Amino acid sequence: MGSRFLLSGDSCLVLEFGDEISPELNQMVRRVSVSLAEAEIQGVTELVPTYRSLYIEYDPLQISIEELKRRLVEIERSLSRIDLPPPRTVEIPTLYGGEQGPDLASVAEYHGISEREVVEIHKSGEYLVYMLGFTPGFAYLGGLSERISTPRLETPRLRVPAGTVAIAGQQTGVYPVESPGGWRLLGRTPIKLFDPHKDPPSTLQPYDHVRFMEIDEEEYEEIRSRVESGDYEIGTGEPREAA
Amino acid sequence: MTVEAFEVVKPGFFTTIQDLGRRGYKKFGVPISGAMDRRSLRVANILVGNCEGEAGLEITIFGLELRALSDSVIAVTGGDLDAHRNGSKLPLWQPIRVREGDAVSFRNLREGCRAYLAVAGGIDVPPVLGSRSTYVRGGFGGLEGRTLKKGDVLSVKKTESDLLRVLARKMPEELVPRFRSELALRVVMGPQDDRFTERGKETFLSSKYVISTKSDRMGYRLEGPQIEYTEYNIISDAIVRGAIQVPGDGMPIILMSDAGTAGGYAKIATVIGPDVDLLGQAEPGAKVRFESVSVQESHEILRRYEEEIRRIKDILR
Repeated sequence: MGSRFLLSGDSCLVLEFGDEISPELNQMVRRVSVSLAEAEIQGVTELVPTYRSLYIEYDPLQISIEELKRRLVEIERSLSRIDLPPPRTVEIPTLYGGEQGPDLASVAEYHGISEREVVEIHKSGEYLVYMLGFTPGFAYLGGLSERISTPRLETPRLRVPAGTVAIAGQQTGVYPVESPGGWRLLGRTPIKLFDPHKDPPSTLQPYDHVRFMEIDEEEYEEIRSRVESGDYEIGTGEPREAA
Repeated sequence: MTVEAFEVVKPGFFTTIQDLGRRGYKKFGVPISGAMDRRSLRVANILVGNCEGEAGLEITIFGLELRALSDSVIAVTGGDLDAHRNGSKLPLWQPIRVREGDAVSFRNLREGCRAYLAVAGGIDVPPVLGSRSTYVRGGFGGLEGRTLKKGDVLSVKKTESDLLRVLARKMPEELVPRFRSELALRVVMGPQDDRFTERGKETFLSSKYVISTKSDRMGYRLEGPQIEYTEYNIISDAIVRGAIQVPGDGMPIILMSDAGTAGGYAKIATVIGPDVDLLGQAEPGAKVRFESVSVQESHEILRRYEEEIRRIKDILR
């Protein structure tokens, strides 16, 4: 499997590892991204990891594209020797169904299973943050079970509230800010996924593992008020072993 | 230490505080934002003795009116929006002394699309994620994350420059850019030009496109001949300023300062940085065509662009 360089204008080089969505390719992106950041190459200004490529922004007046490519090839060659820190697992407390998850019924109906089964399948999954984008703090989460994979709505909603947990195709995600959206809404989390006054501004980060933890209305309210007063600690831990 | 410099009497069509944008947060989905025409903001700052990256006002099309709350030195660059001070024409691309009580207004669009107003010291709003740029869609940066409104007060940091020396500055006429309503934009092909047919690429590089009214700080939608592709959907990847994506209808969209950081449409090419500045001055109805340059050529152009800004700095020192 070969990687290739692509050009994205006068100040960005793209290193693409393949053309599919897979944890293996995303792991390659992570490896190169980590070692490139460690190398602290003069003139490299920003790294943007995506599903299957790394966008490397650079100042061509500080480093030539030939030199940058040479350094990248070198880094790629020594990749196997890099120890990656274990990924974080972030727990997202979620109130499923009801007003918060108006599409739970249609998803259940689509697959001919009960709403409870949809919730059980969704919360038993472990998801990977492939990349962030679309809106600030929006994580593209892969790993949704095919048993609840459902197409987008035909007509997107004009307003999806912040914190909404949703699915579309093979993906699941949480809307960090209120926005229009065509995903199927399953529930809502009281935690804040994006806050520009924090650094990093996003709760989820590239390569994180994510789990959804079911809560009831009482717990939702309790966590919400703790989030507001600033004393809610987001649950993180080691990833659980694949079942 | 800050000084109240201006009160907003009329906010105008779309006025925001911008600097050179946010760096290092794209991986969290945070757009770069910042001035649409970076060169004009940088030069406005140089003219008033600021660092190039201080925050100034980006004034779009018309209608802003300010009242000075204290004496200051300002410079207005970028598009010609028929700026006036107390009823007489305000000269562009030079430092101007403003007295308490003066009215500064922008009346009509004459050339370009966006004017930049820098004040000696720089506009003082709290930086958010390392920048004072306003990102209106996200609701952060600048003044409360929004466009200016009537009654807003703009504070500036106290300047350390010698204002009498600053006021003697004059930029050579030949370094003042002209903004035209027909632009040849230089592009580097890629990253997904392989998703387009030879005919599609030929159409892209040989046709004239018109900037539609559906254009803003996020992106410019263009109208013109359809670009033929083999596949327009890609696995979502990252967006840079100036990227040209082509969705299913075959009409190119050029992504600008406030564009989202990820997208799922194939990108045929990317407008080079210096030409994105010119595009930032193009209004709906303006015509553009694209000219392919190699990445090496684009670096040579960037070198000349930076040299010119350095020259302006040296002349004005």
